Amino acid sequence: MSAREEILGRIRRSLRDVPSGESPEDVAVERGYRKKDEAPHEEIVDRFAEHVAEYRATVHRVGEDELPAAIERALRERGVGRLVVPADLPEGWVPEGVEVLRDGADGHRLTNGELDRSDGVLTGCSLGISQTGTIVLDAGEAQGRRALTLLPDYHLCVVREDQVVGLVPEAIERLGETVRTEGRAVTFVSGPSATSDIELIRVEGVHGPRTLEVLISG
Amino acid sequence: MTSAKHAPDAFSKGKTPTFEVSARESLADHQLRRNLGKATKTIRGKRAEAVGEMPDWEELREAGRALKERTMRHLDHYLVELEESVKRAGGHVHWARDGEEANRIIAEIARSHEAREVVKVKSIATDETRLNEHLESEGIEAVETDLAELIIQLAGETSSHILVPAIHKNRAEIRTLFMRELGLDDLSDEPEALTEAARLYLRKKFLGAKVGVSGANFAVAETGTVCVVESEGNGRMCTTLPPVLVTLMGIEKLIPEWRDFEVFMQTLPRSSTAERMNPYTSFWTGVSPESGDGPEEFHLVLLDNGRTDVLADEIGRQSLNCIRCSACLNVCPVYERTGGHAYNSVYPGPIGAILTPQLVGIGKPGPDSLPYASSLCGACYDVCPVKINIPEVLIHLRGKVVRNHQDNDGLKGKLDPENVAMQVMAKTFSDRRLYEAAQRLALIGQWPLARSGTIHRLPGKLSGWTATRDLKALPKETFRQWWKTRKNRSGS
Ligand code: SF4
Repeated sequence: MSAREEILGRIRRSLRDVPSGESPEDVAVERGYRKKDEAPHEEIVDRFAEHVAEYRATVHRVGEDELPAAIERALRERGVGRLVVPADLPEGWVPEGVEVLRDGADGHRLTNGELDRSDGVLTGCSLGISQTGTIVLDAGEAQGRRALTLLPDYHLCVVREDQVVGLVPEAIERLGETVRTEGRAVTFVSGPSATSDIELIRVEGVHGPRTLEVLISG
Repeated sequence: MTSAKHAPDAFSKGKTPTFEVSARESLADHQLRRNLGKATKTIRGKRAEAVGEMPDWEELREAGRALKERTMRHLDHYLVELEESVKRAGGHVHWARDGEEANRIIAEIARSHEAREVVKVKSIATDETRLNEHLESEGIEAVETDLAELIIQLAGETSSHILVPAIHKNRAEIRTLFMRELGLDDLSDEPEALTEAARLYLRKKFLGAKVGVSGANFAVAETGTVCVVESEGNGRMCTTLPPVLVTLMGIEKLIPEWRDFEVFMQTLPRSSTAERMNPYTSFWTGVSPESGDGPEEFHLVLLDNGRTDVLADEIGRQSLNCIRCSACLNVCPVYERTGGHAYNSVYPGPIGAILTPQLVGIGKPGPDSLPYASSLCGACYDVCPVKINIPEVLIHLRGKVVRNHQDNDGLKGKLDPENVAMQVMAKTFSDRRLYEAAQRLALIGQWPLARSGTIHRLPGKLSGWTATRDLKALPKETFRQWWKTRKNRSGS
C-alpha cells in the first residue's frame, strides 16, 4: 500500500466517531469577529502610518504631486546610487541621477548577485493594513517578483492612501481573487526584518532589507 | 561547521529520562533560570498588551478552534483537496508515514539536484524527524538559517523553546561561539554585531543554495497555498531564492480555505511574538517559473509520524489544533522554572506535555512523565489562540498512563490510589461544570489527590519548587503527590 493510502486509511479509522453523513460544513464555525473597520478612511490611514512607524520604519505622508520629489529626497538622503525597480514601476517615480536597474528590461532578469550588490529597491504595493501596519506585496503592479524586495538592504515603498484597508479580514478578502485565480505569491511586510533571539533584545535587519521607508501618498 | 549532536529526545530511538530527573538538572542551572525568567516575563507582558488591543479576541479564538475542529474531523477530505490544489499549481506532493520516510524523500530530492548543502528555515517538524542528522549521514549539510537555530546548531545543542530556541544562551556565550565557529578574530557582544555576523555568513549560503527546506505554519486545502510566518527574513530567503524548495509539514497544519487566514493571521502573531504582525509572512501557491518568482520546483511532504494516533483519541485530538505560537510555554509556571530541555522533546512546555506522549505512544517512561509536568493551573488554556484545553488533555493522559501501568502491573496497579483519583479527575475534566466546581475544591484542598501528609519541602535540588511562592497556582498538590508516588515506586 502506498504511504498515501495508508495515511488516509489511518485517518479514516481514527475518525470512526465522526458520523459518516457529516460534512465539513456541519462543523459550525462562528465568525463573530470584526470584518471591517468602520472608522472614516482618513482615520484608518492615520492609524496605518502610526503602526508602520511603530515598527521602526520611516514613514512620510506626501501629496500625490509631491511624490516624485519625496522619492528623490529619500534616495538622496539614503545615498542610493544603484536602484532596483520592477519593470512596471510608474515612469514618473524614477528620479534623475541614480543608476536604475530595471528588472526584466531588455529581457534581462536581474541576477541575485546584482540585487545583492544594489543599494536599494523602490516599489509600490498591493495593500496596506491599518490594524497591523502591514504592507502587502503580491507581485502585482509596480512590485515585481519577491527577490527584488528581499535582497537589497533598503526598501522604499510607496503606498497610496486608497490602498490602505482597515482590518486583516479586509486584506485577506481582497487578496483571495489573486491567489485563487493567478496563484501569485503574497508577502506581508510589517516593519524591517527583526530578531529578538539574543536575550530578547530586538535587532533590526537580519536578512531582509534592514531599512524600510514608506511613502504614503494622497 | 560543527554538526548538531542531538541529545536523545522522545522522537529518537534511545530512552529519555523522566521529566523529574531532567528538571532537577535544569533547576540547578541558575543562568538558564535567569534567562528564562526574564524572557518569559517579557513576552508575557507584551502578549497581554497585544491581545488587550483586540476587542474581538475571544471571537477570534473561538473561530480558530472551530476551524481546526472542522479540519481535524474531516482531515482525509482536506488532505486530498490540498494535494489536488498543490498539484494544480505545479507543485509535487509526497506522503510520509513516519520521520524516516520523510527524511528519505527529502534527501532523495536534494540528491537528485546534486545539492551538497541545503538551507533551512526553522521547522519543528524537521527537528522531530531529525532531518539534519539524516542528511548529514548522506553527505548533505543542512544549514540552519534562523539566528537562534544557527546558534544552537553551532553549539551542537538542541532547542529549548519553540519560538526562541536559544533562550538559554546569553550574549557573551554567543560571542564566544561565533568567534570560534565562524572564525572571526574580533566581535563585540552587542546583539547588533552578533546579528550582523550571522547576516554576512548566511547571505553567502542563501545565494549559493540549490535547495531550500522549510516547515509550514499553514497550508490551505482550497488553494494549495503554503504559509511561513517569521521575523528574520530567512524564511523568505529559503522559500524564494533556491531553485528547489521542499516543505515538510505535519498533516495537521492544514486549514480549509484562504479566507481562514483572516482568523489565524490575527491570532498567531499576537500570541507568538506579541506583535500586531510579525515582520514577514510568505504565502506561496505552487510555482510560477515563467515569472521568475520563487523556486522552479516545489515539493510538499505530508508527515504523519504518530499524528493519526493522536487523531484517534477524541479528547487528545484537540492537541492537533496547535498552531505553535508558544504562548502556553510563556505562561507556564513549570516551564518557566525548568526550561525546555527538561521535556526531552522537540515540543516542550504544556503543548509538548500533551503532544509528545501522544505522538510517540503511551508506555515510555520519559514521555509518560510529561503529563505530570504541570500544576493544572489552566493558564495555558486561557492564552491558547485555538482554545486547546490542555489541562483536560493532561488529566486524560495521566489516566491513560496509569491505566497502562495498571494493565501491565496487575492487581497492585488497580489498587493504586493515584489511579482511582485519576479516573475521578478524568471524568471531572470532561464536564465543564464539574471541572469548575473541582477547581474551587482544589483551592481549599479537597481535590481527590490532595491527600494528607503533604510534603513541605521537596528533596534535594527540587526544593526550588516549594521554595518559590510567587505563583498563583504552584504545582502544589499534584506535583508533590506525583513526586511522592514516583519516589515510592522507584524505591519499591
Ligand atoms: S497549544 Fe495553544 S498556546 Fe500552546 S503553542 Fe499550541 S496554539 Fe499556542
